[in-house]
Amino acid sequence: MVKTSSLQKTTPSEAVTSAMAADSGDEEELHTDPEQAISASEDEEGSDDERKHNKLLEAISSMGGRKRKKQSERSEASVQVSEFFVNAEGAGDKINLSDLLGVVEKTSGASNKTKKQLRNLQSTKETLELPLNKQQKEKIQRGIAYVKTAEEVSNWQNIIVQNQRADQMVFPLKQEPSGPKRVEQVVAGWKVKTPLEQEIFRLLHSNSQPVLDPVLTPVEEASLKAMSLEEAKIRRAELQKARALQSYYEAKAKREKKIKSKQYHRVQKKAKRKEFLKQFDEMVKSNPQEALEELKKMEMSRMQERMSLKHQNSGKWAKSKAIMAKYDDSARKAMQEQLQMNKDLTQKIVVLSEDEQEDKDEDLEAVPDFVNDPEPIVDSVNPWMRGQLTQEEPEVSRVTTEELQTAEEEKEDEEEELIGEFERKRKMRQADEEDLIPTEDKTEHVSEVPGEDVVEISDDDDDEDQEEEEEEEEEEEEEEDVSKFNTLFNLMRSEKTQEGQEDGEELLDEGQVRVRNMEDLEVLGEVFEQQPSATPSVPQTAVADKTSEPQNKKGISLSEVLTKEAKVIKVPFLPTVVEHEEMEHDEQISIIKEAFAGDDVISDFMKDKKKQEEAGRPKVVDLTLPGWGEWGGIGLKPSRRKRKRFTKKMDPPPPRQDRKLPDVIISEKRNASIAAHQVSHLPFPYENPAQFESTIRTPVGQTWNTQSVVKKMTTPKVVTKMGAIIEPMAKEDFIKGKSSTAAGKAPAIMLGQRDKRAKVGEKRTSQKKPGKRAPKRRKQ
Amino acid sequence: MAAQEELNPSHVEKKAKKKPAKRYWEETENTEQNKPTEEESKAEQKQKTSTATEKRKNAERSLSGKEDPFPGEKPIPQKQLRKFQRGEKHKVPARAGPKLKHAIKSSESLSELAQKQAARYGLMLPEDAGFLEGDDGEDTCTISQDDIANAVDITSGAKYFNLHLSQFGPYRLDYSRTGRHLLLGGRRGHVACIDWQSKHLMSEMNVMETVNDIKWLHTEAMFAVAQKKWLYIYDSKGVELHCIKKFNDVLRMQFLPYHFLLATASATGFLQYLDVSIGKEIAAICTKMGRLNVMTQNPYNAIIHLGHTNGTVSLWSPNQKEPLVKMLCHRGAVHSVAVDKTGTYMVTSGLDRKLKVYDIRAFKPFHSSFLPAGASCLSLSQRGLLSAATGDVVQVYQNVWGSSPVSKPYMAHRLRGQVCGVAYCPFEDVLGIGHGQGFTSMIVPGAGEPNFDALDTNPYRSAKQRQEWEVKALLEKVQPELIGLDPGLLSKVDQASFEQRHKERVEVMGFDPLAKQKFKPRMRKKGRSSAGAVEKRKRKVAHEDQRDEIRQTVEDKVKRQKEQKEKSNKRKELEKKSALDRFKK
Repeated sequence: MVKTSSLQKTTPSEAVTSAMAADSGDEEELHTDPEQAISASEDEEGSDDERKHNKLLEAISSMGGRKRKKQSERSEASVQVSEFFVNAEGAGDKINLSDLLGVVEKTSGASNKTKKQLRNLQSTKETLELPLNKQQKEKIQRGIAYVKTAEEVSNWQNIIVQNQRADQMVFPLKQEPSGPKRVEQVVAGWKVKTPLEQEIFRLLHSNSQPVLDPVLTPVEEASLKAMSLEEAKIRRAELQKARALQSYYEAKAKREKKIKSKQYHRVQKKAKRKEFLKQFDEMVKSNPQEALEELKKMEMSRMQERMSLKHQNSGKWAKSKAIMAKYDDSARKAMQEQLQMNKDLTQKIVVLSEDEQEDKDEDLEAVPDFVNDPEPIVDSVNPWMRGQLTQEEPEVSRVTTEELQTAEEEKEDEEEELIGEFERKRKMRQADEEDLIPTEDKTEHVSEVPGEDVVEISDDDDDEDQEEEEEEEEEEEEEEDVSKFNTLFNLMRSEKTQEGQEDGEELLDEGQVRVRNMEDLEVLGEVFEQQPSATPSVPQTAVADKTSEPQNKKGISLSEVLTKEAKVIKVPFLPTVVEHEEMEHDEQISIIKEAFAGDDVISDFMKDKKKQEEAGRPKVVDLTLPGWGEWGGIGLKPSRRKRKRFTKKMDPPPPRQDRKLPDVIISEKRNASIAAHQVSHLPFPYENPAQFESTIRTPVGQTWNTQSVVKKMTTPKVVTKMGAIIEPMAKEDFIKGKSSTAAGKAPAIMLGQRDKRAKVGEKRTSQKKPGKRAPKRRKQ
Repeated sequence: MAAQEELNPSHVEKKAKKKPAKRYWEETENTEQNKPTEEESKAEQKQKTSTATEKRKNAERSLSGKEDPFPGEKPIPQKQLRKFQRGEKHKVPARAGPKLKHAIKSSESLSELAQKQAARYGLMLPEDAGFLEGDDGEDTCTISQDDIANAVDITSGAKYFNLHLSQFGPYRLDYSRTGRHLLLGGRRGHVACIDWQSKHLMSEMNVMETVNDIKWLHTEAMFAVAQKKWLYIYDSKGVELHCIKKFNDVLRMQFLPYHFLLATASATGFLQYLDVSIGKEIAAICTKMGRLNVMTQNPYNAIIHLGHTNGTVSLWSPNQKEPLVKMLCHRGAVHSVAVDKTGTYMVTSGLDRKLKVYDIRAFKPFHSSFLPAGASCLSLSQRGLLSAATGDVVQVYQNVWGSSPVSKPYMAHRLRGQVCGVAYCPFEDVLGIGHGQGFTSMIVPGAGEPNFDALDTNPYRSAKQRQEWEVKALLEKVQPELIGLDPGLLSKVDQASFEQRHKERVEVMGFDPLAKQKFKPRMRKKGRSSAGAVEKRKRKVAHEDQRDEIRQTVEDKVKRQKEQKEKSNKRKELEKKSALDRFKK
């Protein structure tokens, strides 16, 4: 239905648009158009036409059926429809740089340089690269910071290594040479030497600062002289008073803070609010910036109030009161009060100059039925709310409903009416906006557009709004990104954790296995270790056997050894016993017999040795169980095959130490008692025991060394001087090329006198401060 | 300086016009500043004439201006250096890390310094040892003690003396570690301690019991006497300090000075160790070797050597219940054993009338010689002279461990009675002989170490010094656990396997700390802890370990089989390729 009507109207509307395109200010022609006669104001006509035209176009395009209906964009009404007879033509067009810069080219005031730059800018087709996102930027920054700090820290590497290796460290590191100093040296020994010191002195001199005994500058001296006793007294009294006041106020504040009464605080609050309102009026005049701030705060509180149900008789208390309200006046009053509070709080805060207030009042009286409209909100926090201003959907829907109700002929009238209504609404809104705009802007705009009541929203605000919007969007995007990341991360983490759990489970399993198998593993390890070792050991033993066999054959060699030819020693005096040989002849014979019954001794010894060897050899373990798999009982022996299968042979022990010494038995037992004192694990830098043993081969004690060597060997690694303050290493002391800060020591000037030192210190700090501030300023 | 001159007027304006008085320190400063310039010029000269010798000369210019003909430190002879070398020098491995390099280098440099310094301090050992030298054709062993005593100075001559103690002999003797004090113990109970150089009798008594052996403890203030039944400890005044009834039937004693251990060998075959510092028996070992009447110690590693009637010599430490080493030395009973100071050689004599020298480090016989009458007592001096007593004759041999076995004695001396004990006096050329008729002090030139370590054993120490030494010695006491064949074992890394160490730990602790606890089912209520239920629960975990082990072994087996298969496959592939394959196209 609508489409058909619009089709009918094509020709006149087209004409109108063309006319508008030709001359925006030409209103007479429009007036002549009969169809537009009813319209309330002229500017509305134009916009209306255009709207119709747009609608028509849309209808045509939709007739094709291919394209879907374009989603109507939400936009500000003022962009398309202007009330100042300004065409919104070309609103959607792009603005080229050349359009803006063309003016600059023409103006003579602009410098050639800037012109050139701008020209260059125009000619370059390259688009600026997208700025990196926050994460990447921060990553890069971190990387750079890391490199820098690493470099800085690595400067210490050498000195640290040196100190670690040093045989002895004596703390404090910077020690003055010991021994008494000559007084003259202490007092006057110092002279300006380094260029830095020279520089400092030059500075001091140029600023007529004292270098030697008089510590005060001439200015200071003068000021000292200038201040008389009375003045000083007055000043002191003032200071005292101020201090007393301060303490008094402090005490008061403390006391008040401690009061617990709710009533009191309520009253206090009210009083404060009143005070504030009073102040606010003043503030608007004196300090508009702050007032605006306050206004915003109030606005915020209003918003909160509007959002919440706090004072709307919906609470528990209010319900109870509502029951009581029928009978109790006070309850009714209380409820009323609450509602009043709500009203008060939700009331718009209006700060207007008086003349404008009147206008506004009139407006309000004129259009009272727009209370329920969506309110224009200055606050730009919610873009949707703002967008609602230009939203046409509800109106369209209303239009359709109304059209449904009315006849077709009346459509145009209706539309006109609608338009009129819309116009009024818009006006209202703008008025509202006006109200909300701070006074400053208003006055400016008023001055700009004198004689007219209409006020534009300032460009600045718009810009700000846009910026804010952008920021918000960015933030949203970021949030989205972050959320995406979060989800991704969560996913990954969950995967990981799953994996980790799986891993953990596996590990756990392993762990369990390990724990259980501790001994088993060892046993297995033995098995495995011994298996390879067994193979090489076999030939060894074989060799040993080979060698031992001939020895065994030569086993008699033992006796040979013992009966080895011995040289007879000629003795000058024969012992007197020999002289009495005849007397003890029998004894002698017996002794000799005993001696040469030596074979007995030898065989005993050999037996002993064999026994020892046997004991050292591991025994064969017989694990056969009689009666398993066959008949058992007395007189029945398990079969040979079975016995063979179940006897376990152990690996042969390492070869005995005494295998080549027939007349020696050396015990193979380990000396466990000394093992407790031995080093069981190789200490850190050493790679094999030989290295470590070589380093401890020289004894340290006095018994084996000369005094000086003992002293050197037992020098303590760290020596601290009693009572001395050990300060951390200073950079300038140890790292070359970093001595720029060495000036901080300022050795000479305060020789002897403490006060001077302090003063100089102050000076230093005061000198430093401006240096620190300077870059900040630049930044600003 | 120039900068200073520039500045001076500016910062002390008034004084600038005045010329500051000259101070003596300014002069010194100037001279100090001049010096370095001279040195620099010198350095330049050095660079110009860069020969090493000239450099040295320049550096070693003495005050008088003359050049030092022998610049630098006095070189140390290699022989001297080698004497103080401890172990082999260790080279820094090529691929060592910086820390290892530093550690090895620093330790090497330190030990080198120690060695050099020790060698340099050889200067402090001024005394030299000498020997008796006979005229042409004269045998040194024929020179009588009287002749020697007459020939030498009076103090040395006074070291030859006889104590006629015919009543309570035969005598056993012991010199204190410093060599000042002599302890005599007659078989029939006579005990006397004498400051033998001054011939001052410190105390004398009769214990009214058989005395088997006597020994000084760590100082000359105390001595131990092995009497008929128990072991007694007396002080130098002859007051009985202890009667130790744990030590019974002691026949021979040895005192280990650095461990403060008194080792005793008893007739019952027990070897016991008494810690003198804490008065505790450290170890009692049943040797199962019968009567132990031959005993000596190895001063190098504090191992006790026991001689047995079956011709064996056994080596003991308090840490092991069985002999460390047992060696068959003689075909008859062992009469006497002696070990030299360095712990390298052991000399034994036995019933088969043989005198044998063993290399105790390798347990190999070195020399063997036949004495017509055998030797009942042996003793080795600090410088390696061997004295052997046969009946009433004491012979002293030189070069016992030389290239060839000894053929004739260095000195000989006949005594009045049967010799019962011989001992060399430390740091003196004196051999003490205890015999049936008393005691004889015999001069043996070249027997004692001429230089003593005053911090360890100072023969001339005062009472105060002795006290101090005692404290230090007690502080430096070596624990008996460290006694072993190799005293350097302490400085070795213990390379025993983990199992071995664990076994020892279990032995020490009395339980296995790593042992798995037996599964004990938890107590449950409502009848669920009945015997059957408990048994069931036990069944569930039974053989868990075994199962695990089996699982593991099966897995390993499978793995191994796989590997083998792969190997064989590879081999097969290689075999398939013939040598002529490379000519194929």
